[in-house]
Amino acid sequence: MHLDHSHDGPSAVSADAHRPDGTRRALRVGLGGPVGSGKTATVAALCRALRDRLSIAVVTNDIYTREDAEFLLRNAVLPPERIQAVETGACPHTAIRDDISANLEAVEDLEDAVGPLDLILVESGGDNLTATFSKGLVDAQIFVIDVAGGDDIPRKGGPGVTTADLLVVNKTDLAPYVGSDLERMARDAKEQRGELPVVFTSLTGQDGVAPVADWIRARLADWAA
Amino acid sequence: MSLTATARITAAPGGSLPVLESDGPLALRRTRTTGPDADARVTVVGAMSAPLGGDRLALEADVRDGARLLVDAAAATVALPGRTPAPAHYDVRLTVGEDAELRWLPEQLISAYGSELCMRTTVQLAATARLVLREEQILGRHGEEPGTLTTRLTVHRAGAPLLDQELRYGPGASVGWDGGAVLGGHRAVGQLLLVDPDMADKPAEPRLLGETAVLTPLAGPAVLVTALAADARLLRRVLDRALDDLTG
Amino acid sequence: MRRSALLVLADGRFPAGGHAHSGGAEAAVKAGRITDAAGLAAFCRGRLHTTGLTSAALAAAAALGHDPYELDRAADARTPSLALRSAARKLGRQMTRAARATWPCAELDALAAAFPRGTHQPVVLGLAARAAGLGPEDAAHCVVYETVSGPASAAVRLLSLDPFQATAVLARLAPEMDQVAERAAAAARQGIDHLPAASAPLLDIAAEQHAAWPVRLFAS
Repeated sequence: MHLDHSHDGPSAVSADAHRPDGTRRALRVGLGGPVGSGKTATVAALCRALRDRLSIAVVTNDIYTREDAEFLLRNAVLPPERIQAVETGACPHTAIRDDISANLEAVEDLEDAVGPLDLILVESGGDNLTATFSKGLVDAQIFVIDVAGGDDIPRKGGPGVTTADLLVVNKTDLAPYVGSDLERMARDAKEQRGELPVVFTSLTGQDGVAPVADWIRARLADWAA
Repeated sequence: MSLTATARITAAPGGSLPVLESDGPLALRRTRTTGPDADARVTVVGAMSAPLGGDRLALEADVRDGARLLVDAAAATVALPGRTPAPAHYDVRLTVGEDAELRWLPEQLISAYGSELCMRTTVQLAATARLVLREEQILGRHGEEPGTLTTRLTVHRAGAPLLDQELRYGPGASVGWDGGAVLGGHRAVGQLLLVDPDMADKPAEPRLLGETAVLTPLAGPAVLVTALAADARLLRRVLDRALDDLTG
Repeated sequence: MRRSALLVLADGRFPAGGHAHSGGAEAAVKAGRITDAAGLAAFCRGRLHTTGLTSAALAAAAALGHDPYELDRAADARTPSLALRSAARKLGRQMTRAARATWPCAELDALAAAFPRGTHQPVVLGLAARAAGLGPEDAAHCVVYETVSGPASAAVRLLSLDPFQATAVLARLAPEMDQVAERAAAAARQGIDHLPAASAPLLDIAAEQHAAWPVRLFAS
C-alpha cells in the first residue's frame, strides 16, 4: 500500500475543482424540477446542441432505476458509455442533496472512463419544488418547470424556483392551450429570483433549447477562465 | 452410548485406493464407477442411522495429485436425538491435490425432531484441483418439526478462502431462521459447489434457476448453486438439473 | 466514553449511500415475504443473526486493525452472491469517500489507494470507526443496527408501513442487536480464522433475482 496523496488531498473533498492528478475536472450542472416538466427532454436537447463542440456525459437519478437513462440511450443523444444511472432508493432528492456519495462516484467514474470531459449534466428524478442539488455535487443548477404545471408555480417559489442558477420555463408552445400567462410567470419569477436569470423554452421548435445551451456555454467560459 | 469414529479414503491416480478405512457407522465400500467422470468410486454405506446426540464422527478423503474420485452414499444420513443432551458432531475433511478431481455427492442430511447436530465440512483445494460438492439439509422427517442443525462449509483454494458459509436452523438456532430472510418456510436447503480452474478465463454469469434457486459465480473460478425447496425430492430435482447443466 | 462519534457514524443520514439500498427488503416485499410489521420483524431478525453477525464481525476485525486484504478475501468467501458482493463494494467505496472526508487519516487514504473499486462496506466501516476513535464493539454495533434499520426504512417506503410500527420493530430487536454485536466483537478478537460465516440462503437467492429486475426502487 502506498499513499498517493495526503489525507486532505483533492479526491476526499467532493466539490474540489481539480482531479487527483491536478487537471481541472468537468463543469457539473444539475437539472432538477417537477415530474413531467421536461428535464430529460432538455438534457437530450442540450446533448444534441453541445456534443459537437464539447465532451459531455450525463448522470441520471431515476425514481425507478434507469428509466431516464434508457430514454437517453434510445434517443442516442450520447454513446452509452457516457450515460450513467444512479439508483436512488425511491428518493432522488436524497441522492442529489443529502447523500451525494453515489452521484460523486458516478461523475468520477465517467471522467475516468471517457474523460477528459468538459461538461457533466446531472439530472434529478422528477421531484417536488423543494429539491435542490448539493453544492458538493454540482457547480451550477438549472430548475425546469413548465407552463402546463400551472402559471402560479413561480409565484409559489420554493428553493428550486428561487435559488437555482437558471430557471427554465418549458413548453411555452402549450401556453395558449392550458391558459397560462407567460408574462405573469416572468413577472412572478423576477420577484422571487431578483437578478437570477429565467429563460422560456419550447423544445418542439427549431433549436428550442438554445437559451439554455447559451447559458451553459457562458458558465463553461467562466469555469475554464 | 455415544461413539467416536473416523473413516478414511485416499485416492491415487489410476483408480487405486491406498486407504479405505471404515469405522463404526461409517462403512465405506468401493463400488463400480458408472461414468467417465471418476477413476474410483466409494459409496458410504450407513450401517446405522447415525449420528446420535453425543457422537463424534469424521470422514476424511484425500485425493492425491492427478487422482479422480467420486464419493456417494447408499442412503440419507439422519441426525437423531441421543441418550445424552450433547450435540452430535460430524466433520468431513476433504483434500484435493493438483490436477485431481473430487465429486462429493452424498445423500441428504435429515435433521430429525429433537436432534442436535453440528456438521463441519472443510475442503482444501490445490490451485488446479476440481471439485463438485453437493450438500442437502432436510429439516425434519416427513411432517415433523426439525431438530437443531448447524452446518459450516469452508473451502480454501490454493490456501485462500473461496467459500465460507454457516447455516443454522431449528429450535436451538437463533430466532429468525424461518423468516423471510433465511428460509421463508422452506424445509429443504441445498448447495451445489463447482470449482474448475478453467472458469478463471470464462467466469459464469449469475443465473436464476426458478423461484428459489440461483447460480452465482464466486470470487474465484467457482460457481455455487443455492436452492430452497418444500421437500427433498423437489430440491434434488433442482440440483440435478443444475449439475447436468454444469457438468453435462 | 465515545458515544457521540458512534452516533455520527451510525446515523442513517451519514452520507455513504445506504439510503439507496433496502437490505433485501424490496425483493422480500415483492415475493410476499414481508407484508406487515410482523413479517418485517421476522425478516430483520433473520438478517441480524446471519449476515448481520458475519458483517459485524468483519467490521470489528477491521476496527481492531486486522489486515484489510485478508478481511476483503474473508468477506468475499462469505458473500456467494455476486449481486451482494457488488453492492458491498459499491457501498464500501461510498463509505470510504464519506469517512475520509469526515475523519481524515492516513489509514483510510491507504485503504482507498489499495481498493480503488472499493472493498466490502463492513471492512470500511470498521476502519472508519477506528479513525473516529471508536472500538470493535462500536463498529459491530453500527453494522448490526444498519443491518435491521435499512430494511425497516425501506419497508416504510415500499409498503407504506406505519413508521411508528417499523421503529417499534427495531426497538424490540435492541437486546438481540446488543448480543449479536458482542458476539461479533468477541469473535473478531480471536482473529480472522475465527470470524463467523452465518449466512441466509433466501437473502442470497433474492439478491440475484432483484439484480435481474429491469425496474426497481432500490439498488439492492
